[in-house]
Amino acid sequence: MALAEQGQRTGRQPAPLLRWLKPAVLTVGSIAVTMLGLLLITFIIGRVMPIDPVLSVAGERASKEVYEQVYLELGLDKPLLVQFFYYISDVVRGDFGQSLLNARPVAEDIMRVFPATLELATLGVFLGIVLGVPLGVVAAVRRGSWIDQIARFVALVGYSMPIFWLGLMGLLVFYGILGWVGGPGRVGIFYVDVVPSVTGMILIDSIIDGNWAVFRNAFSHIVLPAALLGYYSLAYISRMTRSFMLEQLSAEYVITARVKGLSEWQVIWGHAFRNIRVQLITVIALSYANLLEGSVLTEIIFSWPGIGSYITTALLSADMNAVLGGTVVVGFIFILLNVLSDLLYKVFDPRAR
Amino acid sequence: MNALSREWLLTDTPTSRMHARMSSFYKGWLALRSNTLAMFGLGILVFLLAVAAFAPWISPHDPFAQDLANRLQPIGSDSHLLGTDSLGRDILSRLIYGSRITLYIVALVALIAPVAGLLVGTVSGYIGGWTDIVLMRITDIFLAFPRLVLALAFVAALGAGIENAVLAISLTAWPPYARIARAETLTIRKSDYISAIKLQGAGPIRIITKHIWPLCISSLIVRVTLDMAGIILAAAGLGFLGLGAQPPSPEWGAMISEGRRFILDHWWVATVPGLAIFTVSLAFNLLGDGLRDVLDPKDEGR
Repeated sequence: MALAEQGQRTGRQPAPLLRWLKPAVLTVGSIAVTMLGLLLITFIIGRVMPIDPVLSVAGERASKEVYEQVYLELGLDKPLLVQFFYYISDVVRGDFGQSLLNARPVAEDIMRVFPATLELATLGVFLGIVLGVPLGVVAAVRRGSWIDQIARFVALVGYSMPIFWLGLMGLLVFYGILGWVGGPGRVGIFYVDVVPSVTGMILIDSIIDGNWAVFRNAFSHIVLPAALLGYYSLAYISRMTRSFMLEQLSAEYVITARVKGLSEWQVIWGHAFRNIRVQLITVIALSYANLLEGSVLTEIIFSWPGIGSYITTALLSADMNAVLGGTVVVGFIFILLNVLSDLLYKVFDPRAR
Repeated sequence: MNALSREWLLTDTPTSRMHARMSSFYKGWLALRSNTLAMFGLGILVFLLAVAAFAPWISPHDPFAQDLANRLQPIGSDSHLLGTDSLGRDILSRLIYGSRITLYIVALVALIAPVAGLLVGTVSGYIGGWTDIVLMRITDIFLAFPRLVLALAFVAALGAGIENAVLAISLTAWPPYARIARAETLTIRKSDYISAIKLQGAGPIRIITKHIWPLCISSLIVRVTLDMAGIILAAAGLGFLGLGAQPPSPEWGAMISEGRRFILDHWWVATVPGLAIFTVSLAFNLLGDGLRDVLDPKDEGR
């Protein structure tokens, strides 16, 4: 523990302001530029879209006067740069326009569907960590053994398998044939809207409500898609863990520890593993970001009402505001998690400072 | 001369540039050949190429011919080795023709994305200064995006279809190549032989195309091979969502999407094309791993 605590302590020390100011400004600046880039791309996509934005607001049979009015209201007569500025200020205020399908604000819709995705991805990455880290460590320690081969095979299959197909096969076997898990959707039809929505995550809501029947049902529905996402993050996390561990195990301090007569357990978990924790955190943050995205296809297969389903449904009905709003939100989270993993690395790894 | 003999290829003292090139190629091939898994992957890909090339001769039925009397026949039924789909079309024939679509997508993306990345990366690395900062910033922005979601948005704007799917995937796939090409360029740019060529009066375009590009190729090839699996999966995902190849095209992802409705009663309709996708992307991963070990031994076993 000593090394890590020391690391955290130095991380929290009130450092001289200037030493922190420059990197902080640089980080914020680079986030801002990246996000501006994202908005520029979604703006361009929205502009080249063959669908007339006026008709989508005013309706197909709008009279010429209404058309003109909406055209001016949307600011389409202004130069593109000005329109882009309007777009940015709208997004900054959390306004993604209205959905064409249900005429509700897109931001509200996204807030409503996002907890479902968060719940699924969190459980998935949790499974990936719990199974992937030990697998990677053991594979590195017993390099070349049968367990290393299995770990390699598991990862290789994970990289090569179409996620939506594996999900279908899971549904076929575990729901259709064995009947071990619940089918598509978040809960069975008798449990819909039984517990009040507090966090929007049914597992947590049912615990808050103390309704264990709902919890069990919701769990039987989430376990398969979460296991699927967990498998994909396991493939990545176990590979990275293995290569980090191999690097540490070949270091001289490991030989010293062994010569000192420390138990193998102490050498592996007390010394080598301690030194890869920082790298692991960044890997986990990245795989979490990837899961938020990877859940798009998974959500379709499992009729999971999250942001992936939302974007795809909107896409197929040409509801551009919803598609771009969803893209921007997923992109922002993705960028933030990337930055966060960078930052964690810098804060906790003394060498990177 | 006993050209192309084993000794001639394995020599330590090549007599010409061509000799040296073939010699190093042969040594790489020997190293790759000893990697069983990589050869297995290569074998699958050669087989896929053959299947795609001879599709009209080896497929037992017309992939588009509907036969509603024989719909949803199971695997191993008369004259339909892998069964039929919901319109009575022979799944094996559709699979065989679908290999052409898969190869078409892979080939196009493998042409567009690395070339675009190579262009951006070498220009950025060679010219440096503000050009470098701006181009790398753009690359970083694309790298920071969720790829599939961005591809979805692009397809939404461009309209569904194979070519647009290829374009959308390429647009999200080029940044890593730009990074690699830039890194290679930075190490080459300051070397003596570049200065020598400059003194001979070569302009930047000649230097980049004739002297920097060839040296970036090998690391790009490894990366492309490793990325192929991801590209196939992305294309299949877009097809599955109905945004890639359009029906009645026998694209494998779209075939899974069609079979999805019958998954519980007629499992083979969706299972078979999924296995095909898995096999091909596994083959690319195996070959890519092997190639990396040959061309870039320092990462071995990772």
